Amino acid sequence: MSSKPELRMKQRKWWSYWLANIGPLAGLGVVILLFGLLRPRTFLTADNFQVMLLQTAVVATAALGMTLIIISGGIDLSIGSNIALCTVVIALLLKNNVSPLLAATGGVATGAACGFLIGFLITKLRLTPFIVTLGTWGALRGAAKGFAGETMVSAPSTWLNDLLQTLGPGKRFMIFPPGVWLMIGLTFLVGAMLRYTRFGRHIFAIGSNEQTARLCGVPIGRTKLLIYTIGLAFAGIAGVLQFSYLTVGDPTTAAGLELAIIAAVVIGGGSLNGGEGSVFGTVVGALIMTVVANGCTKMNLSNWVQEIVTGLIIIAAVVLDRLRHKRVA
Amino acid sequence: MEKRSLLRMQGVRKRFGATLALDGVDLRVAEGSVLALIGENGAGKSTLMKILSGAYLPDEGKMWLGDEEYVPRNPLEARQMGVGMIYQELSLAPHLSVAENIVLGLEPCIGPFVDRRRMKRQAVEAMSDLGRPSIQPHTLVQELSIAEQQLVEIARAISAGCRVLIFDEPTSSLGRKDIELLFKVILKLKDKGIAIVYISHFLEEARALATEYVVLRDGRSVSAGRMDDITNPEIIESMVGRKVESLYPRTNRTPGEALLELENVSGWIKPCDASLTLHRGEVVGIAGIVGAGRTELLRAIFGLDAVKKGKIRIQGQLRTERAEGLEWNRGVGMVSEDRKGEGLALNLSLADNITLSSLKRFVSPSQLQERSGKWVEQFSIKCNDSSDEVNSLSGGNQQKIAISRLLEHDVDVLLLDEPTRGIDVAAKAEIYRLIDELAHRGKAILVVSSYLPELFGICDGIAVMGKSGLGPVRRTEETSEKQVMQEATASLSL
Repeated sequence: MSSKPELRMKQRKWWSYWLANIGPLAGLGVVILLFGLLRPRTFLTADNFQVMLLQTAVVATAALGMTLIIISGGIDLSIGSNIALCTVVIALLLKNNVSPLLAATGGVATGAACGFLIGFLITKLRLTPFIVTLGTWGALRGAAKGFAGETMVSAPSTWLNDLLQTLGPGKRFMIFPPGVWLMIGLTFLVGAMLRYTRFGRHIFAIGSNEQTARLCGVPIGRTKLLIYTIGLAFAGIAGVLQFSYLTVGDPTTAAGLELAIIAAVVIGGGSLNGGEGSVFGTVVGALIMTVVANGCTKMNLSNWVQEIVTGLIIIAAVVLDRLRHKRVA
Repeated sequence: MEKRSLLRMQGVRKRFGATLALDGVDLRVAEGSVLALIGENGAGKSTLMKILSGAYLPDEGKMWLGDEEYVPRNPLEARQMGVGMIYQELSLAPHLSVAENIVLGLEPCIGPFVDRRRMKRQAVEAMSDLGRPSIQPHTLVQELSIAEQQLVEIARAISAGCRVLIFDEPTSSLGRKDIELLFKVILKLKDKGIAIVYISHFLEEARALATEYVVLRDGRSVSAGRMDDITNPEIIESMVGRKVESLYPRTNRTPGEALLELENVSGWIKPCDASLTLHRGEVVGIAGIVGAGRTELLRAIFGLDAVKKGKIRIQGQLRTERAEGLEWNRGVGMVSEDRKGEGLALNLSLADNITLSSLKRFVSPSQLQERSGKWVEQFSIKCNDSSDEVNSLSGGNQQKIAISRLLEHDVDVLLLDEPTRGIDVAAKAEIYRLIDELAHRGKAILVVSSYLPELFGICDGIAVMGKSGLGPVRRTEETSEKQVMQEATASLSL
């Protein structure tokens, strides 16, 4: 009796470790291999990989912030509206001759301010994140349209537009465009923050069991406020990248993107019950979705096929997660 | 006269993968009698329950109900054959009415429609059979107290015409008064000729109800007989499988200066008027009935709940402000009574749980592992290593982790709320030893418990929380369980 349960526990651990850390990465390997075999000449090219990274940058950057929120047991349904609002703010600032750096900062600040507002509503009025952000989902989109006068806001061309453009011949030494480097750098930064700071561990504790965190002296309200503010500052950064990609401020952009962002976190091992998730998993999750979309295009499959495949991948990821958590009664 | 045995099990075995959950269980229970099924957590009680209820099929062995072989294929079939279960976690639908819950799964029907009149009549009959006709059939179950909900659950079993009724730790969430009422109901059912299997950790309860007993250990029935022929220490011995030196060890304790002083502390609702002094190297217990405000007192001391009036001095310093988590810095730590809901973050690792309150701004995961590994070793917590999820551990080991957190924070005053709830006897003994050791090392410990033998075993002094406030701390030698019970319930009848 005494040795056998321990044996069983070790086995389960091995499984869960494998699925949590290697699972998403293995999934990415599988889809790359699949499309590589099916379309070796068009899919497996350096240019195509650069394009895929470009396409991933916006979702992945926003998903970094969403990872913090989801680990803490929250959710933000309004992140797409937030990104749209940020592109509008940046375009308006540039139009008024603000320097590009300041305009970008303004965009990030807009995201953070929305995060602060959402965090405030959740902590002070004790509303559930789902309801609050269902509200801001509409409200922020409306605000974006209002600021933009219900049309696209064109802006003068600046270096911001180069963040997410394929590299010209003179800039090959950079390997990736700056926006992609930004995404990679932020991933490591957020990963380190989650693992090596008290704030990071508190995020996990709140998501795992808020009562325990309170008992242990974690300042719940302040920490949550910070989580949403920082988390949605990433939506602001994603807004900068989205602007760079669009080159205009578009109040209707990124509609539905919130679902892709949440899906990236979930495919990467995040649990909507909180307490679990990893930024590396999240970025891999975002990549999986891009690769599938890109591969389907290369195979000349219609849009609707891509959408079905992406949906199935999300469900498969959750099923795997379920299996990982299945306990022996 | 020998009563006819109604339910019999012989040589029942069940294997899950590599683990042998049941390894030869024999038991028999006669109609109109109560059999106590005693065993530690993990002894196989829940597997046995699931086999009886038809959730699992046994690999080997036979079961008989009356003269017929009993092979239920699913829980509904078991219920129809007359075997009912009262689970520890109640299995009622809170949004449905009492009557709907009672007939759930066996609704009386006219064609496709539920016969609501018959349903209501069944419910009224069942509730008055149990001596509680005041529970109306149309009331929603979520509006009832836990004790009343349990009665609905019992009513469900008897209205399905059950002949064998199995109770799994039915008193774990009841107060003393409700326990007495429950016991009356059980004895009434027994007199009606129903065969009852009563599963419990508490030997006192088993003694109060049962005439026969079976002790289960490592999936085997290791001893059986008449309750009158065996003493409690003998039962504990066969549960644990070895001689238990002393359940309540007591080393030399030298009380020092006062670490915690309460002066007429009242909360907004509870507690009312508590005064107490707790010294270094002292263990003081707080007895009282469930709902008297004992947990609320600990929460108020720990700063989780607001204090309306009164003074709290910690290490001689008067507390002037309250904030969640502030007391940690003053050397006070608390272990919650609700281990799953509040005490521990179950899907985080041991290391995370132990160090959660004492994290520095920047943390190093390897250092966290090291720091918590120290406690794992010292308290012989059974796990692979400190990166295990708390989920994977037994209740006793989880409780040790909750206490380790306070020690990792190096607090002087430990507030322990029901520290041995839901853990088995062997683990209880270890917690008692730990508490004694901490007192010996000069910690001050305040223990809330509803289990009197435990308070008398480990405490230097006991105070009783009643309706009118906290009574004086009496030396353990100078009071008795009877006196404590009187004080706890006396103030109620006022």
